[in-house]
Amino acid sequence: MNINATLIGQIITFGVFVWFCMKFVWPYLLTAMQEREKKIADGLDAANRAARDLELAQEKASDQLRESKEKAAEIIEQANKRANQIIDEAKEAARSEGDRLVAAAQAEVEQEVNRAKEDLRKQVSELAVAGAAKILGKSVDPAAHSELLNKLADEL
Amino acid sequence: MAGNSQEYISHHLTNLTYGKLPAGYVRHEVAEDGTVHEHELTTATWTMAHNSEEAAQMGFTAVNVDSLGWSFGLGALLMFLFWRAAKKATTGVPTGFQNFVEMIVEFIDNTVKEAFHGRNPLIAPLAMTIFTWVFMMNFMDLIPVDVLPSIFGAMGVHFMKVVPSTDVNITMGMSLTVFAMMIFYSIKVKGISGFVGELTLQPFSAKNPVVQAIFIPINLILESVALIAKPISLALRLFGNMYAGEMIFILIALMFSAGAALAIMGGVLQWAWAVFHILVITLQAFIFMMLTIVYLSMSHEDH
Repeated sequence: MNINATLIGQIITFGVFVWFCMKFVWPYLLTAMQEREKKIADGLDAANRAARDLELAQEKASDQLRESKEKAAEIIEQANKRANQIIDEAKEAARSEGDRLVAAAQAEVEQEVNRAKEDLRKQVSELAVAGAAKILGKSVDPAAHSELLNKLADEL
Repeated sequence: MAGNSQEYISHHLTNLTYGKLPAGYVRHEVAEDGTVHEHELTTATWTMAHNSEEAAQMGFTAVNVDSLGWSFGLGALLMFLFWRAAKKATTGVPTGFQNFVEMIVEFIDNTVKEAFHGRNPLIAPLAMTIFTWVFMMNFMDLIPVDVLPSIFGAMGVHFMKVVPSTDVNITMGMSLTVFAMMIFYSIKVKGISGFVGELTLQPFSAKNPVVQAIFIPINLILESVALIAKPISLALRLFGNMYAGEMIFILIALMFSAGAALAIMGGVLQWAWAVFHILVITLQAFIFMMLTIVYLSMSHEDH
């Protein structure tokens, strides 16, 4: 319990430890801690940014998906329309071709009929002449009665 | 038993002192058979004090080897551990002891930021040194009072006070250093005139120069007392608390040699007081640090 030189010793020791702590302990620890704090803050920021980026990307992706779906639907519709058009055109072409064929056939048939009619007429006139010759008992000169015969043929 | 107890207590309260005994001092040597030999020193001698009377005789030219040794040893251990942690400190994930040190650093840093209004890179390391070092010195109080003295006694060392903060030299050494810093920073921040003005122009001041002249000595007395009371109260608060705590541990330890019933009761008391003392030692370390910060903050404040 005496005041003695221990006092001086303690003052020196204290001073040395405070100096040591200030020089070799405190700055390193505090710097490390502050840097870590900053790193963590940066990391959290980055994470937030990444989350926001992801959200944006997802939004963009879904937008593009919707757009492409719309486009695809449009293309399909157009294709359908085109197909229908082609079918219609083909139908139209087929119908007109058919009509044409039918008309041609009919014309031919008519022609044939006319020819047959003509032949018939001719034969009828010949038959008529022959019949008349038989009935009259003499030959009828077709040339002399050609006018009559023609008239008959026209009437048939 | 009474003489024994007194011997036991005073033995526990005597420092291991190394110092200079003056020429002509008569030493009383107690031999193993109990006889006392006297022998006079012919020249001034540097030696270990054999009892408290010799230690007192040595006056100021003596060192309490135990107090200073434990104080230095604990401080060095702390600084070594902190230095190792600081060297290994990375910005990565902290582990183990580094976590613990960083917890202390953060606690000190926050406390300093709250209490110290100024910029000084010395304050935080100073506060950390004080808090941890005083805590370690106080912590020695929790080691049962007879353990270390017995070990050193077996090695032939007669006195061993293991709690440095129960030595007023130690606490006074720290508080005087703080006091020196207070005055240094007061003068550095406010200038000599500012410092003197702080001592003489308040708390009483007057517009009338004559009245002011009367006030100056009154102010000087009041402020000087307030200023000097700071380091003394700082040192004596810690010393008183630790000394009283140590004393109670010693008294409880006395009960162990006084019968089974008292020994059991002593055990219970020892445990209870130790638990309570955990609070006391932490609190005293914190108070010492906090007051240091506050005093130094006051030194940095310009009015």
